[in-house]
Amino acid sequence: MTGVTDISVDLDPRAPLLHVDDLHVEFRTRDGVANAVNGASFWLNPGETLAILGESGCGKSVTAQAVMGILDSPPAHVTGGRVLFRGADLLQLPEKSRREFRANRIAMIFQDALSALNPVYTVGFQLAEMFRKHRGMSRADAKRRSVELLDQVRIPAAQERINDYPHQFSGGMRQRVMIAMALALDPEVLIADEPTTALDVTVQAQIMGLLAELQRQRNMGLILITHDMGVVADVADRISVMYAGRIVEEAPVYDIYAHPAHPYTKALLESIPRLDHKGRQLNVIRGLPPSLTDLPPGCAFHPRCGYARDICRTDQPPAYQIAAHRISRCHFIREVLGV
Amino acid sequence: MSESVMPKPGPTEQAPGKPRSLAGDAWHDLRRSKIFWLAAVLIAVILLMAAWPSLFTSADPRDCVLARQHRGPSGAAIFGYDFQGCDVYAKTVYGARYSIVVGVFATLIAGLIGAVFGLAAGFFGGWLDAILSRFIDVMLGIPLLLGAIVLAKRLSADPQSNGVLAVTVTLGLLGWTTAARVLRSSVVAAKNQDYVAAARMLGAGNNRLLFRHILPNSMASYIVVLTILLGINIASEATLSFLGIGLKGNAISWGIAISEATGYVRVAAGPLIWPALFLAATVLAFIMLGDAVRDAFDPKLR
Amino acid sequence: MFRYIVRRLLQMVLTFFGATFVVYALMFAAQDDPIQALVGERPITPSQRTALTERFHLDDNFFAQYWYYMKGLLTGDFGTSLTNRKIADMLADAWPVTLRLSLLAIVIAATIAILAGVVSGIRRGSIFDNATLAITLVVLAMPIVVLAPLAQLVFGIKLGWFPVTAGQDAGLWQLLLPATVLASLVVATELRVTRASVAENLRADYVRTAKAKGLTRARVIGVHVLRNSLIPVITLIGVDLGALMSGAIVTEKVFNIPGVGFNLFRGIRTEDGPLVVGFVSVLVIVFLVVNLIVDLLYAVLDPRIRYE
Repeated sequence: MTGVTDISVDLDPRAPLLHVDDLHVEFRTRDGVANAVNGASFWLNPGETLAILGESGCGKSVTAQAVMGILDSPPAHVTGGRVLFRGADLLQLPEKSRREFRANRIAMIFQDALSALNPVYTVGFQLAEMFRKHRGMSRADAKRRSVELLDQVRIPAAQERINDYPHQFSGGMRQRVMIAMALALDPEVLIADEPTTALDVTVQAQIMGLLAELQRQRNMGLILITHDMGVVADVADRISVMYAGRIVEEAPVYDIYAHPAHPYTKALLESIPRLDHKGRQLNVIRGLPPSLTDLPPGCAFHPRCGYARDICRTDQPPAYQIAAHRISRCHFIREVLGV
Repeated sequence: MSESVMPKPGPTEQAPGKPRSLAGDAWHDLRRSKIFWLAAVLIAVILLMAAWPSLFTSADPRDCVLARQHRGPSGAAIFGYDFQGCDVYAKTVYGARYSIVVGVFATLIAGLIGAVFGLAAGFFGGWLDAILSRFIDVMLGIPLLLGAIVLAKRLSADPQSNGVLAVTVTLGLLGWTTAARVLRSSVVAAKNQDYVAAARMLGAGNNRLLFRHILPNSMASYIVVLTILLGINIASEATLSFLGIGLKGNAISWGIAISEATGYVRVAAGPLIWPALFLAATVLAFIMLGDAVRDAFDPKLR
Repeated sequence: MFRYIVRRLLQMVLTFFGATFVVYALMFAAQDDPIQALVGERPITPSQRTALTERFHLDDNFFAQYWYYMKGLLTGDFGTSLTNRKIADMLADAWPVTLRLSLLAIVIAATIAILAGVVSGIRRGSIFDNATLAITLVVLAMPIVVLAPLAQLVFGIKLGWFPVTAGQDAGLWQLLLPATVLASLVVATELRVTRASVAENLRADYVRTAKAKGLTRARVIGVHVLRNSLIPVITLIGVDLGALMSGAIVTEKVFNIPGVGFNLFRGIRTEDGPLVVGFVSVLVIVFLVVNLIVDLLYAVLDPRIRYE
């Protein structure tokens, strides 16, 4: 299953599949430094789905791209932390070894498949490229494998469609192509960055179903990045809620819906329209996400938080362990949980 | 990308809390641009030279004595004399006038035609746009100088004229296409903005829409194009004069001076080099100005 | 693809007639004495006058005149110069050296523009980028009437690195300096467009995908970014042909290259109206045809157009 040719990287099969530890990323621009990720930590096991949930601009995509090592630098700089794959810190690897991890072990799909696929090459070319460049396959073999892949993601008439260009596919079909491409080299981790946001609701369900099925078949770790709590509930095992570049709460999916332990999570849940709450006023989170160039001191959420008191304005809350696999970064967990 | 990783523009050091207009922003950027100031100073000097050449030289450019032919630089004539024995420095200084006159007026004519075409096509759209745009396509099918050769040849048929009017009209009539296109597309873009739709719904008439809402937002790129066109027109005038269908007769022009000097370049390089440098500096100044203004208005691609 | 070609061809037909009409109108429309305009200040005999009137059908109305002129152009009859030479023959003698000169100029310009433009686009804000931008600004501002004589003076006469003039059978070496001069007319815009296009494409989502696919940087840029970035540059090279033609008139004059531009220059100087109109018409047609070809090439490069 390993396609990694660079054997100089020692992997520990007993270590977690993926462990991101205290990751810091900043963007250095002419207008100042934006702290996009400020100590994000999470881990992932084989066959597991971790959802990273948060508003636009909270740093979830940046985190994913930092894990992949595909951030544009400049302006982005990873300034601290570790990204451990089976115990090996990817951030310490030279670019050449790092590259071997991409697509081979960790693959990624993106939100807008139309712009994420190269408009001037056929889908077949872009798929076959994986096999030809990473596996050194011949043109014919690579093409045969590409057709198989398109079959696997259930694109009808794969044999013919392989010569089509991305703009000739529908939105859902394009996302299937993206998935096929990401899975080409049998990666152990798949990061899906808002994979269904650009799609119609019915197509969304199909794509999520396909992802879940492929994940089961391959016992693959899946990181699902989304702002949509509805998508998360059905497929995720665990949820990490991100705010202003930090994971503010982490919990198994059932617990987080039943007993959110952070005011932000709670607010997110209350802002979902629900049928059984028909007629009631919908709660919205007041205020705006903080400017990343100018994060508030203390807890970054305090300007929008109903529980905030003086300590929140000065002291950053540590990661409180509530239960096994449950963490919250709030000074007033008890009040939030209502115990 | 699913989320914007760029920070929201934070408050800048100037005028905290008070938002600057687009033009204000651009001016703020311009003031710090070295290229802008270099261009501005160059243009100021050239304009001064065009208006009052006697400030720069006391010699008469038409005081030519064949006995002084190709005499080298001296205290009296710092650039030396050309093949007719004219003072090269004086001729070069006096050459600025027609370059500027032709450049400015040709650009005004082109700007006016371009504005009419661009605004009409962009604002009214529909069949008018289709016809005007096709016409612009046709005009773009004729390389500027080729069209200018034919038109200038015809307009300058009168042997008595010095060609200034002919060249100005020629360049004005042929050079408007880019300006029209740019204005058209920025008007179309502005027209489709929500705030214009909102103004229309509030009952704003065509005139008000055009002059209050669309034009102010379309002017920046139009002005940039005209600034650069001014440089191009000056270069084109020199080229036409060089070819013998631009300025002629007793007109003093850098293009004519260069043309004459190329025949004697093995004997004396000065009469070629000086007008060439002045011409290049003038064109450069306007193109730099256009460049700097565009960068100030559209900092995206820096 | 087929529909695109048909539409483009129809457009081309329209532009062709439009542009030739405009050229013709620029010369002859609302003209009191078109013959005087044709021959300028040179004295003219009554028999010449009759010949010209007949040749240009000046007794007919303007549209009929245009029709005869058009018919001539389409049948390869471009007219006769005042020196009684067939313009078609003059063109036949002149075009080979001009073709070599302009092809060389296009190659020089495109090579420099694409190489430097790609590097500039990748390393925006670097010293190389800023230096390149400054140089393009200066080159952009250099009128051909400045560049051609100065280049000849410095590199041909003073330094003696290159031949000062080039003849009818000029080879690569003799044409190198004039071709470089010609190339500098268009290299700056081509470079800037390449740079902007590369910079823009580098930010595109598909580049992020290509990186996530574990491709090397060389492949991401050389295969994915380059193909997309070159599309606007190719179009520009077609448009730039117009500037090259104009530049060739001055360049061939300065370097004494007996090509199309040189003949046109002599026609202008000797006030040979029929020659000027004939040459300009042919050049406009060549310009239109080349741009048609470039547009078709565009469709090959960009599948989104092809399947429109």
